[in-house]
Amino acid sequence: MEQIPKYLCGAVLIMLLCFSLLQNSAAAGDGPDSVEIDALAQLFEPVNFDHAMHEDVTESKCAVCHHHTLGTPIEDENCLRCHAESGPADEVSCPGCHSSKRFEAEYLNKIDADNTLYHRDKVGLKAAYHLRCMSCHEEMGAPNDCQDCHARTDAGDKFFHSGQYTPPESDRPAGGGH
Amino acid sequence: MKAMNRRKFLKGSLLGGAAASLVSKSRDAGAAATFGGYPDGMGVLVDLTRCIGCRTCEAACNKEQGLPTPAQAFDDMTVLDHKRRTSEGAFTVVNRYDIPGQDHPLFRKIQCNHCNEPACLTSCFVNAYTKTPEGAVIYDPTVCVGCRTCMIACPFYVPAYSYSSVLNPIIRKCIFCHETRLKFGRPPACVEACPREVMTFGKRNDLIKIGHQRIQSYPDLYEDHIYGENEVGGTAWMYLSSTPFDQVGFDTGLGNQPILSYVKEFLTVVPMVLTIWPALFAGFHLLATRKDAQQKKEEKSEI
Repeated sequence: MEQIPKYLCGAVLIMLLCFSLLQNSAAAGDGPDSVEIDALAQLFEPVNFDHAMHEDVTESKCAVCHHHTLGTPIEDENCLRCHAESGPADEVSCPGCHSSKRFEAEYLNKIDADNTLYHRDKVGLKAAYHLRCMSCHEEMGAPNDCQDCHARTDAGDKFFHSGQYTPPESDRPAGGGH
Repeated sequence: MKAMNRRKFLKGSLLGGAAASLVSKSRDAGAAATFGGYPDGMGVLVDLTRCIGCRTCEAACNKEQGLPTPAQAFDDMTVLDHKRRTSEGAFTVVNRYDIPGQDHPLFRKIQCNHCNEPACLTSCFVNAYTKTPEGAVIYDPTVCVGCRTCMIACPFYVPAYSYSSVLNPIIRKCIFCHETRLKFGRPPACVEACPREVMTFGKRNDLIKIGHQRIQSYPDLYEDHIYGENEVGGTAWMYLSSTPFDQVGFDTGLGNQPILSYVKEFLTVVPMVLTIWPALFAGFHLLATRKDAQQKKEEKSEI
């Protein structure tokens, strides 16, 4: 303690205080302008999510997507029951909570081992995106078909037997096929 | 005098057979009540409220199982205009249901439900089917004789027959991706591919809890029932719906008894009748005609 000057301690304290204040008052504009989402990058091109634009569209109600994690007013009543005063969380990005390996044994075992866990039915990353994005897009009348957001790759066309891999009409059995 | 004896004997044997079937009936009924599937068996909870009918699960299944090229692209939604069934070329299909009074249709994915006590398995007399501890109902084509009884036994009309194969037709159906994934603790391809997590993969016992929790959290959204929790003795694949289940193509009249329990009393008597009766009756016939035969022999020797 003797070796560290007092003014340095003070400065650190003030910095910590500022930092915590900043965290507590997350608001529009604090988030990234754009987020690249590449969870489906095999079949689809990565999506450039215009974060800034969506802040405008949601009128800066961060909780619409970020639930309780930013410490902003909570939208869903089910969350309010526990998180009314839980404050901002350490993790605010989607993959911070929604696992991209939701059904792998490691994740399932982790849930299994934790008896106290409430969020046992938390959707994985891909579903978190689609359930949130698509229900909102439908409400707002925004584009909502797969390829409105994702451009499909060649591998994707192959997977769906679409594009240049579309089966010829002549192969189609009469009567629609069963 | 002889005729009287035979009648008495027939009466006796019939009574004996009836008694034997009664004994086995009570014993087996007790056994059936205790089996609710393997304790750590995996399952899938299908939530119809999340499905948008994109058919990605069908595409994933096609690729994973190496199925033939489909007649139409998997992003061609005109196929949803007809109701489809699972086939040798498609182990899972999505059907659309227009619900009266609702502006949105519901979509329902069909595949093998992997029953706890599968009717296909119990109906198969060469034991081609196996219910694995992981929860899958798998099938061994090498022992199948192609009788297709399982297709009739299945309450969900799932097993399909490869009629297109001239020399070696076999039964084809969803096997829960057992060989490539489930066996190694991984989810089936359709579950992994679904963009909206319509399907939740986990231990069947946990899924039942999750299902009831969803119903409790959103009682206005869900019907208060998990289809498959108890139907036909319970299935590994279960469904949640926002409309009554009969409106989305489910058979709600199947009851909660495994299909097996409707036939096992009869089936337990079949081996007895087939094996014991012929020998028994042949024996009695020989005994009853022994005198005649001896008499004939004596007559012959006298001559």
